[in-house]
Amino acid sequence: MSDEVVQEVVRLPRLNEPAPEFEAVTTHGVIRLSDYEGSWLILFSHPADFTPVCTTEFMGFAEIYPELQKRNVELLGLSVDSVYSHIAWVRNIEQNFGVEIPFPVIADLNKDVATLFGMVMPGESTTETSRCVFVIDPKGIMRAMIYYPLTTGRNMQEILRLIDALQATDEHQIATPANWQPGDKVIVPPPKTTEMAEERAKGDYECVDWYLCKRDL
Amino acid sequence: MACINPDGTLTPSAKKVLFALRTPGTQSDVADLTSMPMYRVRVSLRELIEAGFLEEKNVGYKATEKGIAQI
Repeated sequence: MSDEVVQEVVRLPRLNEPAPEFEAVTTHGVIRLSDYEGSWLILFSHPADFTPVCTTEFMGFAEIYPELQKRNVELLGLSVDSVYSHIAWVRNIEQNFGVEIPFPVIADLNKDVATLFGMVMPGESTTETSRCVFVIDPKGIMRAMIYYPLTTGRNMQEILRLIDALQATDEHQIATPANWQPGDKVIVPPPKTTEMAEERAKGDYECVDWYLCKRDL
Repeated sequence: MACINPDGTLTPSAKKVLFALRTPGTQSDVADLTSMPMYRVRVSLRELIEAGFLEEKNVGYKATEKGIAQI
């Protein structure tokens, strides 16, 4: 008998590459990633149903859902729990807090989707998914990834800000500075030639130097 | 299934989709008529086609006789 260990190498998602397709059982039926084509999607995982931090996060996601919908963004949750557990928890949140959870939640009992997206961090837990956020654009491209530890609830306003920044970047071909908020000045991409740098300095921008110029949207 | 109850009856959202497709329509038509998000429309269409309540037409989808009987 050989003692050879066969290890399957899973390639994790990377920014600006297509997000891996999946089909999964959810609280809204069997959903495929491609069902979201044409919309932005926030795919997020939580460690477990009926846990305190996750409950506050679900209410937070439900609270920003109307704002997300205005931005053509859908939400899709995930944890390593059964669909029955999800249904019971969602109903429990509505009964205890009066908050309706309007988005579907993947029941990823066999960790198929969690593995595909690298949501399980064995250093934290081998049985639960960490607090991951994947922002996927309307063409199915992975545009942003955020990972939080089990102990830290996510900041919903930061997620909204991230969506606003990505959409502003796509629409106006700009970048956004640190702590940018909608309405703030945006960064004009740096010039790539000396000629462009000279032109930039003469242009109608707010330039600190040739490489750091801002403008209004 | 999201559209079909264990006793074979249809869920309210499935009936809304079938009602919207009494005459042929596209995914966008169904989303507009039912106010359902597009992903939910696609999930419903897939399940209703599989169960024989809908069929694909050149321009989109249409309820079958079996589907019409459920409305």
